[in-house]
Amino acid sequence: MFGGGGDSGYKKLSTVNRRMFIMTAAKLIIFGGIITRLFSLQINENKKYLTLSDKNRLREWRLPPVRGDFEDFFGNKIASNLKVYQLHVVPEQVEDFRYLMIRLRDILDIDSRTFKKILKKRSQQKSWETLIISENLSWDQFAKINFYLHELSGAKPVLSVARNYPYDEKFTHLLGYVAQASEKDLIENEVIKKSHVPGLRVGKIGLEKTYENQLIGSNGIQRYEVNAYGKRINQIDFVEGKKGTNIKLTVDTEVQAQCNELLKDKAGSICVMDIYTGELIAMHSSPSFNPNLFLYGISHDNWNEILNNPKKPLINRSIQGLYPPGSTIKPIVALSALENDVISTKFKVNCTGKIEMYGQTYHCWKDTGHGIVNLRDALKVSCDTFFYEMSRRLGVDRLNLTAKKFGLGEKVFNGTYNEEKEGLIPSTQWKKNALGRGWVLGETLITGIGQGYMQTTPLQLCLMTAQLANGGFKIKPKIIYDKNSDSYEKIKSEMEKNRIELLSDFQQDDAMVDFSLEKKKRDTDLYKPLYRNQENVKFVLEAMFASTNEVRGTSYSSRISDKKYQFAGKTGTSQVKKITEIQRELDLDISQIPYEERDHALFVAFGPYVNPRYALSVFVEHGGAGSSAAAPLAKKLFKTIVDRHEEREKIREKSLMEI
Amino acid sequence: MFKETALSGQTTFFQKLRSLDYILLVCILILGVISSLAMYATDGGELLYHTKSHVLRFIIFFGMMFVLSFLNIRFWHATGYLFYIIVLGLLIWASLYGITASGSQRWVDLYFINLQPSELMKIAIIVCFAKFYHRAQINQINQFKNLLVPMMILILPILLVVSQPDLGTSILIALSGIIVLWLAGINLKYFIYSGLFLLISLPFVIAFLKPYQKLRILTFFNPDKDPLGAGYQIIQSKIAIGSGGLTGKGFLKGTQGYLEFLPEKHTDFIFTLFSEEHGFIGSLALLFIYGVIIYRVIDIGKNARSFFGKLFCFGFASSIFVFISVNMSMVLGLLPIVGSPLPIMSYGGSSMLATMIGFSIVMSTKIYQKQLIA
Repeated sequence: MFGGGGDSGYKKLSTVNRRMFIMTAAKLIIFGGIITRLFSLQINENKKYLTLSDKNRLREWRLPPVRGDFEDFFGNKIASNLKVYQLHVVPEQVEDFRYLMIRLRDILDIDSRTFKKILKKRSQQKSWETLIISENLSWDQFAKINFYLHELSGAKPVLSVARNYPYDEKFTHLLGYVAQASEKDLIENEVIKKSHVPGLRVGKIGLEKTYENQLIGSNGIQRYEVNAYGKRINQIDFVEGKKGTNIKLTVDTEVQAQCNELLKDKAGSICVMDIYTGELIAMHSSPSFNPNLFLYGISHDNWNEILNNPKKPLINRSIQGLYPPGSTIKPIVALSALENDVISTKFKVNCTGKIEMYGQTYHCWKDTGHGIVNLRDALKVSCDTFFYEMSRRLGVDRLNLTAKKFGLGEKVFNGTYNEEKEGLIPSTQWKKNALGRGWVLGETLITGIGQGYMQTTPLQLCLMTAQLANGGFKIKPKIIYDKNSDSYEKIKSEMEKNRIELLSDFQQDDAMVDFSLEKKKRDTDLYKPLYRNQENVKFVLEAMFASTNEVRGTSYSSRISDKKYQFAGKTGTSQVKKITEIQRELDLDISQIPYEERDHALFVAFGPYVNPRYALSVFVEHGGAGSSAAAPLAKKLFKTIVDRHEEREKIREKSLMEI
Repeated sequence: MFKETALSGQTTFFQKLRSLDYILLVCILILGVISSLAMYATDGGELLYHTKSHVLRFIIFFGMMFVLSFLNIRFWHATGYLFYIIVLGLLIWASLYGITASGSQRWVDLYFINLQPSELMKIAIIVCFAKFYHRAQINQINQFKNLLVPMMILILPILLVVSQPDLGTSILIALSGIIVLWLAGINLKYFIYSGLFLLISLPFVIAFLKPYQKLRILTFFNPDKDPLGAGYQIIQSKIAIGSGGLTGKGFLKGTQGYLEFLPEKHTDFIFTLFSEEHGFIGSLALLFIYGVIIYRVIDIGKNARSFFGKLFCFGFASSIFVFISVNMSMVLGLLPIVGSPLPIMSYGGSSMLATMIGFSIVMSTKIYQKQLIA
């Protein structure tokens, strides 16, 4: 070798060979490390990374769920879904978005405010998210769009479903309504949050809200493979959504429609209930409004009209409206007095038109007085003087217990309606707690004629009447139809059994047990007697019959003599404002009093008188006298109720056959 | 020895052809086919630009390598410094008039090709050192004054490449050079000293790093911190490889690549895509081929009589090994993301050109293995 000596050359070679050997060993170790890493990623953690990879590539698009329907007892759809034509645009798939929007604006005649709103929405969402240009195309618009469709690449006319209330304003308060889900809805309801899609309608009030979770249904799901930029590459699968549960109600559209008709242009409420099964036949609050207006976002004008209506259409008077019951409470006062042996049925009072008590004058509604009246007459002619004297002897606390037993001062549907109010049945204890003052005896007197602190909802009065009319047994009001609930016959025999049981019970005196204890066994009390002695209930019912069907009865003019439709009732005229002496002397005609100061007209009734099946309450806000403003409505309604009863029984028999 | 030299000088073309290393050739060819298919997969199963261009380059450069293999090893020895100087010149050219792309000025426009001289430097530095130490006496190697020149040879291109800026390639050049220096017999203590020196100066180096480079280093230590930003590449790469499993998702079925979740899937992350589609078994097979290539190169080096050829082969084998392991470690999340292609597999003309030149020198060493260089 040139240059380097042999030794040096050899050393150099051995060095390089030795170092290369070390190097090779290092390489093996490093390759080993890489293989180990590969093994741990691909074999040990394969599952984890597969999941992550699927999460990367698969994206779900949820379709709006189809909401369950509401139907009445006869199967008429009272809330359903309508096919609507919508116009969707996916901005990402449009070549010239601005041009398309301007074309659409011209074709659909979109006003500038809506147009701006759409553009704003576009800027808030991702480019692959569907932009809804129109939620409800008219047929004209739809036809027009299809005509120009070849020029409108990117615009997609879509067939979708939307809530529809075919009965317009007739069921608004009973059902509630749906509108676009708000931030609050999402926070409050986990189910809504889970199935939310842009434009989802959810229940805002009423049954639509309460039964949201059953009604909402499940989303259809389109699963797409997407690329890193979120663009859909291809559809992997499609899961069809499930429609929400259909809910059948106990109500009758015909009766409900008539209630709506009867209360037209009035503010008020009518409730009709089966006195055995507790099924609600109708429950209407007037004035109402068309819930379909809320579907696509209510217009400013429509909203203002509803909001500024002095009769306040947004209030569901049947369950939310609190009013003094007036004389409609008298059957309960009478019953309470009898049950507590305060008076006998023979007890008499001389009514001179007014009575002096505790240094104050209490007037009867009839200035000239009723003369000498017994309890039956007092109920029939609604003599206030008699009831002043009787409630003085009874005391407010005993009245309170009876009234609460029969369903006053407590929610009729506990939980079915969020907006339902409890009302108020006063007691000495209540006043001390709530107002911090002691009970004044004079207050007992006005409580005895359903004035003062006492406040009830029309539905509570209806339940009260129903529980009197069925002979004094507890029932459970319901509005949702349940195939498995007890039949009329079963309830009747159950009540009869309980009646006999009570008769043979030695501890009859304990019938008036503390109410707070009873509250706990609310359901176990079902069909149990609410009375101590049923004769007392029968006496009150008979007096109510007299009130409607005998001369001088307050609702005599509204009677039906046909036994098939004959009903018994009690009128009520509740004061909104304390009547001053001057006003009393003026004795103004109703038309001369300002609307807000007019009396409320009330009427509670049950019928047919022989074998009663239904109870109702009519309430006309500021309607004047119960006898002239409320009772005539009941007369008109009763014919329908009884006629519809036959249809109802047919359906019931049919459903029994099906089982 | 003279006889042998004369003998080898008279070797016929047929004999030369026979003495080619066919195992190595076949392995490179297989790698070429695999890389073309992988490129085809990155194009989403269509014959698009990347695939066409990769296949074309492979054919041209493989042919070039084959032809260059017949050059006498003496030629490479003779032009060793020149090669280095030309590439260094190109580097300077690049830093002055180079083409800037994605924030880095690393290409020179040679009219028929956009060349990345830093890739060529990975080979040139080995050739240069091999020539430098071919003649050096073992007892003189470690003298301090004899260390200065190699230091200059090494540091000059590194500085040029760092300033492009291209941290990844400069590290790889440094590693190539250092390995050859060590193989040549330089005392370990010098490496330890300079290592310590680097460690001390590391804070100063970091201070000079570009923000994105700092971020990459930080991201390496905690990729989940910013999953959509800097950590995205590592996370997506790990997801792709991990989801491949034992046998992979199948050819053209790698969702991560096809759906564009993988960044740089043609170049640095080609192994990720390959591994996703072919799984653990496929990856092992690929590693095996690389292993065979490295083994063959080392073996050729062992049998080479010239120190130049031996050192080049050892250096080249080690460099390829370093490139492979750095690239794989990177996509496997074992090292921070620095731009480093996978030899032959990755898309990129300069890298392939450099690698093929390396292989032709190795082949030449094989054909002329008995050749001695004065």
